[in-house]
Amino acid sequence: MRMNKRAATVALLSVAAVGLAGCSSADSSPDSSGDAAAAVGDCAPSTGKVDLTFTSWIPGMEDVVAVWNEQNPDIQVAVQTGPNGNGGTYQNFFNQLKAGNAPDLGQIEYDALPNFRVQDGLMDLAACDGVLDAQEDFVDWTWGQVNFGEADAVYAIPQDSGPMAMFYRADLFEANNIAIPTTWAEYATAAEQVRATGGYITNFSQSDINQFAGLVWQAGGTWFQNDGTDWTVDLTSAESTKVADYWQDLVDRDLVSVNPPWTTEWDNAYNTGSDWTWNSAAWGANSIMSGAPDTAGKWAVAPSPQWEAGDAASGNWGGSSTAVFKGSEHPYEAAQFALWLNTSDESLTLLNKSANLYPAAKSGLELPVLKEGVAFYGDQPIYDVFAEASGQVSADFVWGPTMTQTYNDVSDGFKAAVSGQGTLSEALATGQDSTIAALEAQAIPVKK
Amino acid sequence: MSTALESPAPARSRKARRSAGNTAPTAPTGPRENPFARSGAMLVMGVFTLYFLVPIWWLLVAASKSSSQFTSTNPLWFADMSIVQNIGDLVAYRDGVYFRWLLNSVFYAGAGALLATVIAGMCGYALAKYRFPGREVIFNVVLGGVLVPATALALPLFLIFSQVNLTNTYWAVFLPSLVSPFGVYLARIYAAASVPDELIEAARLDGAGEVRTFFTVAVRLMFPALVTVFLFQFVAIWNNFFLPLIMLRDEALFPVTLGLYSWNSQVNQIPELRGYVLIGALLSIIPLIITFLLLQRFWRNGLGTGSVK
Repeated sequence: MRMNKRAATVALLSVAAVGLAGCSSADSSPDSSGDAAAAVGDCAPSTGKVDLTFTSWIPGMEDVVAVWNEQNPDIQVAVQTGPNGNGGTYQNFFNQLKAGNAPDLGQIEYDALPNFRVQDGLMDLAACDGVLDAQEDFVDWTWGQVNFGEADAVYAIPQDSGPMAMFYRADLFEANNIAIPTTWAEYATAAEQVRATGGYITNFSQSDINQFAGLVWQAGGTWFQNDGTDWTVDLTSAESTKVADYWQDLVDRDLVSVNPPWTTEWDNAYNTGSDWTWNSAAWGANSIMSGAPDTAGKWAVAPSPQWEAGDAASGNWGGSSTAVFKGSEHPYEAAQFALWLNTSDESLTLLNKSANLYPAAKSGLELPVLKEGVAFYGDQPIYDVFAEASGQVSADFVWGPTMTQTYNDVSDGFKAAVSGQGTLSEALATGQDSTIAALEAQAIPVKK
Repeated sequence: MSTALESPAPARSRKARRSAGNTAPTAPTGPRENPFARSGAMLVMGVFTLYFLVPIWWLLVAASKSSSQFTSTNPLWFADMSIVQNIGDLVAYRDGVYFRWLLNSVFYAGAGALLATVIAGMCGYALAKYRFPGREVIFNVVLGGVLVPATALALPLFLIFSQVNLTNTYWAVFLPSLVSPFGVYLARIYAAASVPDELIEAARLDGAGEVRTFFTVAVRLMFPALVTVFLFQFVAIWNNFFLPLIMLRDEALFPVTLGLYSWNSQVNQIPELRGYVLIGALLSIIPLIITFLLLQRFWRNGLGTGSVK
């Protein structure tokens, strides 16, 4: 028994020693990194060989980074990966920021950037050589997504974008002698004609709120604003309500199907020709291709229907950026890599090939691979339509700092609305209130 | 004591085997069965069997289809058989990273469960057979540990592992897998019942050290319980998804659950991943099925362990 006691004491002591060692090493590391961060506040290049870590969930990112590593022996980038942002990687970023071991660079979608900005997780790259000058390399509105309207700040480098247009079944419209709608009013009329043939003009997405936000974006609305300190929540703006009422009417009259998006039923509705159009983003081209393989060659792409005849406005759905996290000791090198990743032709071509990314860089829109006709769309060079749409996206749309919560709450309301309980605009009003409550709960200043 | 405790178990299972074909578990009373109770029980079992097997059936069917047939054909029946083609695609995709994940899972779950079983067995044996101050306190703390879900510990573990720079390593998933409070509990109960003090005393008199006594005498007597602990822990580690999600960033370290989840999270924008997820999910259940088939005899015995005392 004395033996046991002694053994227990030894065990306790060794545990304590490990604990202390852990503490002391943890105590020293923030100091050193703090010094380093202070030293590079002006974003100076580091001397010697630099190793960076970059977290992205894009499959095939390794191949792109391998090209960079070969050309830049002094700046070696290691790729880390995981599920997509909302699938866990964002939460991991926050955990890592808290633990002080965040990667140097990370992929963040535009709608999640404000969250990281509010939590003070992003490094301002404006001081880094070449970053401010890069503004003109990118499509205007994408830059607005990464500088939050501050002229001399850059919190991330735009990576890809999702300008929206209308995918439609060219064969069905032609066979039934229905004109391709160019305005939303014509779209509603066409919806009646399509319904008369037994089909639906499109599917209203009851749970992917991002698409709805893209439609509000096109209508000239924005869901949030930030004047530097205070946030304004505007889910119930006139534009937002207009879009909601428009779709509510189509849902009420049974002119659109309401399958949950990204399910087999949803794919099947397109594959069997029951749904005729999809208002979606550039990257959606591949979704139809794989979801509706039996309809190959029958699709085409037209610009989004407009609210006023003669307008030329487009929305955006999706897109992400490459951010440098607070705590990175090599922001200069990280910024150089991020610029190369998102502007060089070889990188953008590879990213488009492996993950269907549609570039945010102006030069990227002219890539040879995005100029070709696509067989699935009757050999139409569909990306010309998206390139044009990209230039028509408003730069004024702002995402909020709690988008996951906003999406969830609005989605709950939309799901209820399509099954007949409440309306889409009521769902937006509920989302408005719950978003304000969520911001206040996080002590984020809100203007009412 | 050991014979008294062990003999009913085989007897019970023999009887269960014999009667499994013709007796419903609800009618143990006599030779005359109530046919309604019997068919009622069969109905309930049938419904549940269907409920559990349909998703696996769906997975098997879905994994055998080419991507173009996946949406366009009956989800519960085969179209043309392209399962070999699908496996070939999975092997080719990104240099077969999927099989790396599968190996990682086998390592995390196999080695982790083995060591966890040894540790839990030793702990349980010590708690049952040695008398020392604080024994009950330790046991109660371990019991408390059973109540804390592993998910709740993942984030604190991440912060601790961050301090010693062990995140994103094999250790980050392996070390926490070695702990099994439920295993300690089970091992203690079983050791108390199945390892007679006289036997330990005899081993000591014959000159065996404590460690040798444990490994040569106690382990054999505790074997059914240890297999149960191993199986529980194997399944728990295999299915543990949240800890790797939080700890690991390097694809080469992923277990198969996290890898498939990562792919599945991007199916909307990269639809070709769906086929890989389906065939990958189907293949990933095979190691679990093998483990169960090999060890199910022990598992069944072990489940009853400690329930009758």
